[in-house]
Amino acid sequence: MNNEGVIYRISGPVVTATGMNAAMYDVVRVGHEGLMGEVIELHGEKAVIQVYEDTSGIRPGEPVLNTQETLSVSLGPGLLTQIYDGIQRPLPTLEEEMGVFITRGVDADAFDLEKIWTFEPQVAVGDEVVAGQVIGHVQETETIVHKIMVPPSVSGVVKSIESGDYNVTQTICVLDNGTEMQMMQKWPVRTPRPFQQKYAPETPLITGMRILDFLFPLAKGGAAGIPGPFGSGKTVTQQSLAKYSDAQLVVYIGCGERGNEMTEVLDEFPHLIDPNTGKPLMERTVMIANTSNMPVAAREASVYTGITIAEYFRDMGYDVALMADSTSRWAEAMREISSRLEEMPGEEGYPAYLSSRIAEFYERAGRVETLNGDDGSVTVIGAVSPPGGDISEPVSQGTLRIVKVFWGLDAGLARQRHFPAINWLNSYSLYPQSLDQWFRDNISQDFPEVRTQISGLLQIESELQEIVQLVGSDALPTDQQLTLEVARMIREYFLQQNGFHDVDAYCDIHLQYQMAKAILSFQDAAKSAMASGAVLNDVVNVPARSDLMRGRFEKGYIDVIADMVKKMTDQIAETVEEN
Amino acid sequence: MTGKEYRTITDVKGPLVFLNKTEPVAFGEIVTLRLSNGTIKNGQVLDTSDDLVIVQVFEGTAKIDRESGVTFMGDVFKLPVSTDLVGRILDGAGRPRDGGPEIVADEKADIIGAAINPYSRQSPNDFIQTGVSAIDLCTSLVRGQKLPIFSASGLPHNDIALQIARQAKLKDSDEEFIVVFCAMGITAEEYNFFRSDLERTGALENAVLFVNLADDPAVERIITPRLALTAAEYLAFEKDYHVLVIYTDMTNYCDALRQIGAAREEVPGRRGYPGYMYTDLAMLYERAGIIKNKKGSITQFPILTMPGDDITHPIPDLSGYITEGQIVISRELHQQGIYPPINVLPSLSRLMGSCIGEKTTREDHKSVSDQMYAAYAQGRELRGLVAIVGEDALNERDKQLLDFSGVFEDKFLRQTRDEDRSIEETLDLCWTLMSAIDTKYLVRLDQKWIDKYHPDNRA
Repeated sequence: MNNEGVIYRISGPVVTATGMNAAMYDVVRVGHEGLMGEVIELHGEKAVIQVYEDTSGIRPGEPVLNTQETLSVSLGPGLLTQIYDGIQRPLPTLEEEMGVFITRGVDADAFDLEKIWTFEPQVAVGDEVVAGQVIGHVQETETIVHKIMVPPSVSGVVKSIESGDYNVTQTICVLDNGTEMQMMQKWPVRTPRPFQQKYAPETPLITGMRILDFLFPLAKGGAAGIPGPFGSGKTVTQQSLAKYSDAQLVVYIGCGERGNEMTEVLDEFPHLIDPNTGKPLMERTVMIANTSNMPVAAREASVYTGITIAEYFRDMGYDVALMADSTSRWAEAMREISSRLEEMPGEEGYPAYLSSRIAEFYERAGRVETLNGDDGSVTVIGAVSPPGGDISEPVSQGTLRIVKVFWGLDAGLARQRHFPAINWLNSYSLYPQSLDQWFRDNISQDFPEVRTQISGLLQIESELQEIVQLVGSDALPTDQQLTLEVARMIREYFLQQNGFHDVDAYCDIHLQYQMAKAILSFQDAAKSAMASGAVLNDVVNVPARSDLMRGRFEKGYIDVIADMVKKMTDQIAETVEEN
Repeated sequence: MTGKEYRTITDVKGPLVFLNKTEPVAFGEIVTLRLSNGTIKNGQVLDTSDDLVIVQVFEGTAKIDRESGVTFMGDVFKLPVSTDLVGRILDGAGRPRDGGPEIVADEKADIIGAAINPYSRQSPNDFIQTGVSAIDLCTSLVRGQKLPIFSASGLPHNDIALQIARQAKLKDSDEEFIVVFCAMGITAEEYNFFRSDLERTGALENAVLFVNLADDPAVERIITPRLALTAAEYLAFEKDYHVLVIYTDMTNYCDALRQIGAAREEVPGRRGYPGYMYTDLAMLYERAGIIKNKKGSITQFPILTMPGDDITHPIPDLSGYITEGQIVISRELHQQGIYPPINVLPSLSRLMGSCIGEKTTREDHKSVSDQMYAAYAQGRELRGLVAIVGEDALNERDKQLLDFSGVFEDKFLRQTRDEDRSIEETLDLCWTLMSAIDTKYLVRLDQKWIDKYHPDNRA
């Protein structure tokens, strides 16, 4: 085997090497500086390599070394709270090694290999262990127990097992067949980690955002797409999900986006408290930042790095949520590399395999029975940035074909400062059928019916609005005017939510239900009052109603909302007597 | 291998020269071409292999023949940088254009520029007062931000850019910006306008100009902004200056990018622009920012003209996905004779939230901004309705909002080219204008600010 070749050609991030034995997706070191690259095409003697770092100044004739490994991530205690680039180099380490600008040729361990963790064994000598089985625990952060698992494809009888303080490369367990195990293992990023079987999802991922949880719920283990033009709030929505969703772990991938945005996340997250555990958010988060000006091949790899880490935690039995912002930049990275390879393009210059890559990626989401029989899930939420906001383009379409939840962001709503700017008319979720039982059991028996009523009102409103555009609202009969008022209440009180407000940013699912019921109570009270002769204007303007609506910005709203609704319906009833 | 001259050109096509039988040439290496008539041209290696080297020539390929000599300089493109740059005018390839001496270099900096480690960045949150009410109130500019002007041909974006360059300062500070001005394919007339204005106000002494005009080689435009940003980075991160980079016109830059892509027979993306245009633009825009433990900063103000006033055209579209907001210039307002004709409705500053409020501008800023925006948006919408049903059909609230939209444009937007309004003046003006609307319709204003600032309560 000849592992060493020479560079034949360089064209941007694509380098061709000759004279080297190589297999697809082998990781290679390019040039005297040893830049990291990956074999992506073979032509007889020639291997085409995508390089994860800038190639300026590299010349034909420089050496290329094949490491014979595939692109892998390191998995073990130390992952949490980290911020990585697209190929799992920690950004703080890169800063130490090369200063504030990212140069090249620097290798960095994914986490501190010397750091000592306390390993508590969960198996004993003589126990038989199988692939995926948990052999020990490490308390990695205050909230997360890192479970050390037997790597997939390994099994045997425990010959020796340690207990106490070790670093991640020391052997902590030996099997009778001689296999030595450490706390750190590696896994190739382009291969999904194995599991026993996929289950149908039946628990919702509670996000604290009313429009998402209530109207378009996402299941734990599901996949959602958020397409939207620039300025419509994709990133704010993704960040809110990363902050407040009730996943146990969050992997956040900033893929080809703005540097300042990542900085904001880095500044903010350590100070934010997880509403579900009361601990700092950072303790359950792994971040991957490959900004738009960082090397494009590493951007292509970043989503795989992220999802492999997510799968690893899933295998421990955790519910993991992965946010990718934005998958369009990932697709563009594929397009850029494909065009350097002079491949025949498909639609809009994207490679013909675009939709199958997107599908493969989202297919790595799911709720599974892990190898060790536990129950874990990876939920994937991908932002899409369609050019000009037109979702007929290939990335949006490829995504919509595979995801079951579509949260469509709308520039018009964003311009009206209606946030989250998710369009309630064209968004959808295909999960309600499988989640309704959960909502009935855990929130209220009539939860699905309330949802249907609310979305029905919004639908009617959109039809009425077309008439209003032509003749003005005064020309409508009073019952339809009331419907418009109720729908406006839904929009302003329920759907709008201030992601930057201390209280309003996160809304408990029980409170969401109560608020929806409050709207319906208003409708019923108003209808019966008006049937007895009350005037719409009086009914709408009862003071208790605006108190009720403003109340959502106050702490402890859930304790007083029932009283406020009562007060409102009483006042509405009084409007009858005035006439 | 510097010094060795090759005469092995095989093909010349558009801005590209193909040659073979060279020794190993580095990717991105700088190339000098000597024509048979003695002219010297410069270029850069775009593709290199044992058999074939592709060189992109900055000055155009006119008069290049197969006998022309090609020398590889052994290094990638670098700009000599020093504080002597300040006050100088250079051409699009970094050579003096003002008749002055060559720049004496403190060091030579790679013009491609490395990405700032996101971990090393500092969040921008210093409010820059531009003195233009529409911008200060609705799309506040922050030090370290990249905020483009989306304009179109025939609109006064240059005046606005110059006014901002003249007036921009941190609130309550006299600290001035160094302006790095980068012209790409603009006309000589436009350039003279910029230059004479900078001279008139004395700003030229605190500026560096990189100028590529419409009749200069198009391909040179690819490097002009990179030179400008390299100079800016040196001044900001080595010499602690606050730098404001204005580049105009990004549309010409993108067209040059497309020209090279076409000559290389690359697979085109939307409207013929190359598929990597997003990454390429990001490599420019992302060079704005502030770095932890460094005193200087780079704020970018790119100007682009939207072909056919179309905001979904690839150039504004891709820019909008990278920049932190946009300021949109409106033809309609311009035709009404309003300067600056900024349409605040589609304009946006993503970093505004972190830079306004009690500590930086004034406590009521957010509230006032939201209310002004909402009232104007509703007023504008009502204009459409009035065209159908007539003004008489409006109720009292709608009438007031409709009137307000006119006042907003006439009194709030409109200001003269040298009118420098402080943020307090802008906010007080807003309160005066909003007092024409019944307070009960001003639902986005906090009651405590109404009590404190409303003219009725202040007298």
